[in-house]
Parts: sequence; C-alpha cells; structure tokens
Amino acid sequence: MRTEDLIATLSQDLKPTPSVRQQLLRPAVAGGLIAFVLVAFWLGFRPDILRAWAAPMFWVKAAYTSLIALAGFGCTRILASPIGEPWKGFMAALAIFGILLLGGVVQLALADAVDRLPLLMGGSWHVCSQNIAILGAPILILTLLALRTLAPTKLRATGAAAGLFAGGVAATVYGLHCPEHALAFVAVWYSLGMAVLTAAGALAGPWALRWR
Amino acid sequence: MSAEIEDRLKALMIRGQAGESAAWNELLTRLSRQLRGYFARRMESGSADVEDLVQETLMAIHRRRMTYDANQPFSAWAYAVARYKLIDHWRRGRIRKHVPIDDVVDWLADSSTAEEGATRADLDRLLATLPKRQSQLIRDVKLSGLSLAEAGAKAGMTEGAAKVALHRAMKSLTEGRTL
Repeated sequence: MRTEDLIATLSQDLKPTPSVRQQLLRPAVAGGLIAFVLVAFWLGFRPDILRAWAAPMFWVKAAYTSLIALAGFGCTRILASPIGEPWKGFMAALAIFGILLLGGVVQLALADAVDRLPLLMGGSWHVCSQNIAILGAPILILTLLALRTLAPTKLRATGAAAGLFAGGVAATVYGLHCPEHALAFVAVWYSLGMAVLTAAGALAGPWALRWR
Repeated sequence: MSAEIEDRLKALMIRGQAGESAAWNELLTRLSRQLRGYFARRMESGSADVEDLVQETLMAIHRRRMTYDANQPFSAWAYAVARYKLIDHWRRGRIRKHVPIDDVVDWLADSSTAEEGATRADLDRLLATLPKRQSQLIRDVKLSGLSLAEAGAKAGMTEGAAKVALHRAMKSLTEGRTL
C-alpha cells in the first residue's frame, strides 16, 4: 500500500478519542470490584467491621494504601505516553512508605519489649502479603491489558507502575478483611504484598506491553 | 523544528484527536515527510525498510493518538513513537528478504506454475502463521479476487478497515518469516 493511501484510509471515519484516564479507570474499577467480591465471598469481612470504621487506625491503613494506589495510578497514566517521566510518582510512593515505616519504628520503640514481636507479626503475617498479591492480580492483568492499547515506551517501569497501582487498590480492599492494627505490621506486611505486585508488573512489562 | 511548525502540528493533532478527518489527514501527510527523513538518516541508504517504518509509525501514531496530552510538546511525542518503532525494528534484527511480499503472495497464488500443489502448500503454510481473520482476508482478496469492499463485508468490516487489516496482514507476513 502506498503511504498516501494508508493516510487516506486512516483519516476516514475518524472518531474522537477517549482520554487515557478513562481507559485506565475502567480496568481499575473492574479489578477493584473483583477484589471486593473476593474479600466478601472468600476471605470474609473483618467481624468488627461495623465498629472498626470508627477507629483511627482503620483510616490510617486505608489512607496509606490508597495514597500508594494514587501514586501508582499517576505513574501509570504518565507512562502511558511515550515521553512520560514517572520518577516523581515513584518517589512519592517511596516517601509515603518511609513515613509509615518511621511510624512503625517509633511505635515499636515506645512499646514494652515483650509486645514488640506481637505488634510486628500480628496474627496473620503469614497470609497478609500473599492475600494482597492474590487480590491485586486481576487488577494488574486488566491494567496491563488496557496499557497495550496506549503508548508506553518504558515497558519495565510501566509494568512496575501498574503493579504498584494494583497493589495499592488490593491492599485498600484487603483492609476490609484484615483486623491488624499495628503500624509496624502494615508497614512490613502490607508493603511487602504491594511490592510483590510491583515486581510482578516489572517482570511482565517488557513482555506484556510490547507493541504489536 | 521551528516553533511555528510545532504549533501548527500540535493544533492539527488536537483537532485530529477530536475526530476531524481533514486535520488528521494533513497531520499524517506532514509527519510522513518528516519521518521519511528521520528514518532515512538512521538506516542504510536506499533501504526498503524506510517506507515500512514510516507506515508502521503512522499506524502507531493513529492507534495510540489518545496518549498525546496537549501539555506535552507534540514533536517530542511523535518522535518518541518513531524511536520506539526504530528500536523495535533493530531489535527484531532479522535479515529480511528484500522481495516485496505482494509479489511473493501473487507468485505463490498463481496456479499456472508447474509445481502448483507444492506452491499452494507453501502458501497455506505461510498463511497458517497468521490469525484466521487475517489469512482469510488475504485468501479472499489475493486468491479469490474479491474486492476489498466484498471481502470486508464478508468479514463484517468497512472497506477502509479491510484495507488496513489486509495491509497489516501482509506486513506481518514479511516480518522475519522464511519461505
């Protein structure tokens, strides 16, 4: 085909384009709903859910994970463009994590020596990260699929951003199930779950996001 | 690139994103000239791949046009797409046959050749590497001699869409597949 003919064909029946934000929000909402359904029917809501929302720690946890989700979403949206520079978003996520970690360390330092290990390990350290990773997998997959129609050129970073976003959303939804309330617990085990998804995204990115 | 040209292209891009065909046609036409120069400077002289890359880049710009944000410099965006295509081309790094694929398919499809059965088998094998929809389109247009409009109607798409799909199918046949 001659290039002029290609151009003529491409510019026929042109439609207005949806925004990138819209393209990315759709899989996020769908994936978030899947995570919610998994919590509702598989893990179950925390038994004290009706009282828990009055406790500050419930909101600290939710604020931490949703800020991470927000940073991840920002990075993903920026990286959907071929000239996107995402480093501010990744630094923001790291800073948010740093603040929570500091809170956890202070909490441990102020606690009696015998209470430190229970604060750190809680009652569910062995399933927490894993559950978050499972809840986030559908969000990660759907986000990667949506990114395939966009134009990322830094494929590994884009995959990582999608993973960070999926991790943040999954961890937020997981907060409806998990009754742990120590800062140190959240800083370690929630963060580990989100990091696993970020790493999975970074691994899958170059392969999943390559332009066809 | 001068600031005036940048502003002009950017305005065309924004109108194209809004669905204005004339602006989109003008933008792609202008870009095709710039891209030809861009790729020609970076490849061996007279390479047949230059025009392929121009077309692939135009298609990528078309399909991914929603990712341009009006706050960004437009030429940086467009050349980033071109650069991705160029690197991807090098990465594939396979030696291509410099025989236009149209000729190969026409030749294989020509049933008057003596080894009719064998060449038909070659063609079938070649087409089997494509998704079914694409190979059917090639069969309909190149072998059965249907028009693009007819083949498109059969596949449930417009003539324009059939033209692009056929082009893409022919293109993927050329990508490193040995006959």
